[in-house]
Amino acid sequence: MARIVGMVTTSHVPMIGKAIGAGLQQEPYWKPFFDGFDGVHDWLDRVKPDVAVVFYNDHGLNFFLDKLPTFAIGAAETYRNADEGWGLPAFSPFRGDPELSWHLIESLVADEFDMTTCQDMLVDHAFAIPMALLWPNASPWPVKTVPISVNTIQHPLPRAARCYALGQSVGRAIEAYPADLKVLIIGTGGLSHQLDGRRAGFINKEFDLMCLEKLVSSPLEIARYSIATLIEEAGSQGVEILMWLAARAALGESVRKVHMNYHIPISNTASGVLVLEPSES
Amino acid sequence: MDTPIFDGEQALKGYALNKMCYSFNDAQNRAAFLRDEEAYCNQFGLSEAQRAAVKRRNVLAMIEAGGNIYYLAKLAGIFGLNVQDIGAQQTGMSLEAFKAKLAAAGN
Repeated sequence: MARIVGMVTTSHVPMIGKAIGAGLQQEPYWKPFFDGFDGVHDWLDRVKPDVAVVFYNDHGLNFFLDKLPTFAIGAAETYRNADEGWGLPAFSPFRGDPELSWHLIESLVADEFDMTTCQDMLVDHAFAIPMALLWPNASPWPVKTVPISVNTIQHPLPRAARCYALGQSVGRAIEAYPADLKVLIIGTGGLSHQLDGRRAGFINKEFDLMCLEKLVSSPLEIARYSIATLIEEAGSQGVEILMWLAARAALGESVRKVHMNYHIPISNTASGVLVLEPSES
Repeated sequence: MDTPIFDGEQALKGYALNKMCYSFNDAQNRAAFLRDEEAYCNQFGLSEAQRAAVKRRNVLAMIEAGGNIYYLAKLAGIFGLNVQDIGAQQTGMSLEAFKAKLAAAGN
């Protein structure tokens, strides 16, 4: 049977991709951020996942406002990264796992999560950068992938509690998958930041640190927040913590913290990375 | 405008502008915009307010006219501006002061 080995949640700021491309990992600005991934790499070397299910939010590469799904899931053999408007080099393509995708789709829709299914899906920096952070210089990528995209572009956004429930449903579906697979859950985005409006540059360290703690011990306390409250406390784009909640929910109730790093700022963003394992309870 | 919410009303108002910005995922379209900005805006049917905001490179005015920050970031990229530059512009700060404010949030 498939088994969830744990979760990694991390920020996905586009500027990280630029830093990786230019080899700036040990520059003073970047070092406190990139060094925070040593613990992630050690853990990944140990657990060696076969496949990653990735909760992320598309920023206008694959989806436009003409057709914008609230929840979408990839069901392709391959996912390509592409130019998002800044002419940055694209990351190499990611292998899919269509069989697992369709198992998840069957299970999620039966569980009343009516997903948009995508057989042709470009994945943007929010998907690609975390992969490059988890497996630097990997070629090919060591895991197959299933992307799950959550709308954070256009309101109304799905409620935090709904994203949490989606993650729980994904977790149950994986545990019921007959193939002998080690599955990693990834959630990307955040932590607090705001790009737009006169409050641009807003960062809330206290709220982030509280979330990092509650995600381990009592995630439902965060899942209770309204979108309006999340935006007030974490900034307009800090609402990306929805992806962290979905990822956390897939792990089940009881977890063990493996690793964490938090650093301000990367570009406009308070960056965070968290590694959790399900714990036998 | 402290914290804009991109809802249905904004999405309706901003559709043409956002559609133009979405087209900038393609390098050829970025080049076409740079060749003849006015013609490119006309092609997407931008409103007067949207056209004026783009012409002035004014991000708050673009948001006011229905622009969504994720799409606007693609337009800003054409002018060589990143999210820190547009953060500074929206808050009326110098880039240095804006960056210092971000760093200070970590203290």
